[in-house]
Amino acid sequence: MKFNTIKRHFRESFKSLGRNSWMTIASVSAVTVTLILVGVFALIMMNLNKAASDLENDVEIKVLIDETADETAEKALLAKIEKLPEVAEMTYSTKEEELTDLVKDFGDDFKLFEQSNPLRNVVYVKASDPQQTVNLAKKIDKFDFTYDVKYGEGKVEKLFSVLNISRNVGLVLILGLLFTAIFLISNTIRITIIARRDEIEIMKLVGASNSFVRIPFVLEGMWLGVLGSIIPIAVVITLYHNVYKNIAPRLQGEFIQLLEFSPLVYQVSGLLLLIGVLIGVWGSFMSVRKFLKI
Amino acid sequence: MIEMKNVTKKYPNGVVATNGISVNIKQGEFVYVVGPSGAGKSTFIKLMYREEKPTSGEITVNGIDLGTLKNKKVPFLRRQLGIVFQDFKLLPRLNVYENVAFALEVIEEEPKEIRRRVMEVLDLVGLKHKARMFPNELSGGEQQRVSIARSIVNVPKVVIADEPTGNLDPETSWDIMNLFEEINARGTTIVMATHNREIVNTIRRRVIAIEGGMIVRDEHGGDYGYEI
Repeated sequence: MKFNTIKRHFRESFKSLGRNSWMTIASVSAVTVTLILVGVFALIMMNLNKAASDLENDVEIKVLIDETADETAEKALLAKIEKLPEVAEMTYSTKEEELTDLVKDFGDDFKLFEQSNPLRNVVYVKASDPQQTVNLAKKIDKFDFTYDVKYGEGKVEKLFSVLNISRNVGLVLILGLLFTAIFLISNTIRITIIARRDEIEIMKLVGASNSFVRIPFVLEGMWLGVLGSIIPIAVVITLYHNVYKNIAPRLQGEFIQLLEFSPLVYQVSGLLLLIGVLIGVWGSFMSVRKFLKI
Repeated sequence: MIEMKNVTKKYPNGVVATNGISVNIKQGEFVYVVGPSGAGKSTFIKLMYREEKPTSGEITVNGIDLGTLKNKKVPFLRRQLGIVFQDFKLLPRLNVYENVAFALEVIEEEPKEIRRRVMEVLDLVGLKHKARMFPNELSGGEQQRVSIARSIVNVPKVVIADEPTGNLDPETSWDIMNLFEEINARGTTIVMATHNREIVNTIRRRVIAIEGGMIVRDEHGGDYGYEI
């Protein structure tokens, strides 16, 4: 393809945006509306997912070591736990340290127990995949010299099932929204192209190759996508800026945190631009294809 | 130039538009295709520029075998032909100059050469002074002249015209016919489907009459031959 031809294709794609201004406005609005929905929903979903992971990561297993275990037995137990593939991290804490923590949390009354400490040495274990917590706890429970293994039985299972359901629902919703966006946008583009089918027919009859006809339309679809993603990107940035400014300070010190403004907003913006361009290009490509068979 | 052997075209709805047509049109000929509506004239014409594919039979145009021609290569066939339609088929958003230039842009001709050739053919059809006007600002006859200019700007060996005077008044039709004669005089083959008895009977050329999908008459210097 000659450079002049490439220049022509670009010129034509711009010209036709202006010449079909109403169609341009219709397509761009369709892209804008759907991308705003996708963008806002993506922000919500990603934050919910973050909250879910925060909750999950907070789950840990508390292994109480039997008093009858001497130092070597204890070491052997710790080594056995460490060797399990599901273990991400483990912290050992003596019963004295446990008591200090207890006193810190509940007050000096508990200092009474310093004379005869009823607590046991403890090891805290986190699973590399929080969903494996229950399995891991059961495995550890079978080892010798474990007095008890606690992981919030019952509650943890419920938490995980709620989180999994909400994740799946979110995924389905986002896929549905994307599908609607694709359908809506490519349909609008198809209508604009059907209005110009005569044009395509004439091009073909004077001997234009398929790609010669198609390229300006595809470029036009790309511009529609780019134009349509400007407002949604602006909305996503301003919205999240305000939300983050107002909510993030209140969550300080909590174990659930909002996602940072900086990478998230740019990731979502990039995603919106990409979706807009891809749908524009794809919609034009598919719609023109139908009329090229002359 | 154009050769058909036993060409049959059956549409999916069962209509047989051409039924075993064989014809040979030589370089430089001027051929009228006549016949009642629905006789298969349009299909006969469309087969030549591969808007329709034959169900059976062979067609060769300018040495290209249309039977084995790949869809992808169809544009290259059309670049060797000039096609003129009853409804002009101009691009409404392009002005006269751009409409004619389009046929050259498609073959990636140099911009300088495009300018020269377009002005040359617009001069030939007498519309140089209206180069910047849009199709809807022109009369029917002028629009048809633009489409003729577009069809010959590539210097094709054959111009195929499907009822080019069908939408025009008698006087304008004569202007258009003069133009075709002039193009033919330069050695370009012309195949023209028409319903215009007066023209066929006055400018005597080869006449191919089609009825019921078959050639019923093929004579040089023939007349229109149908009573209305």
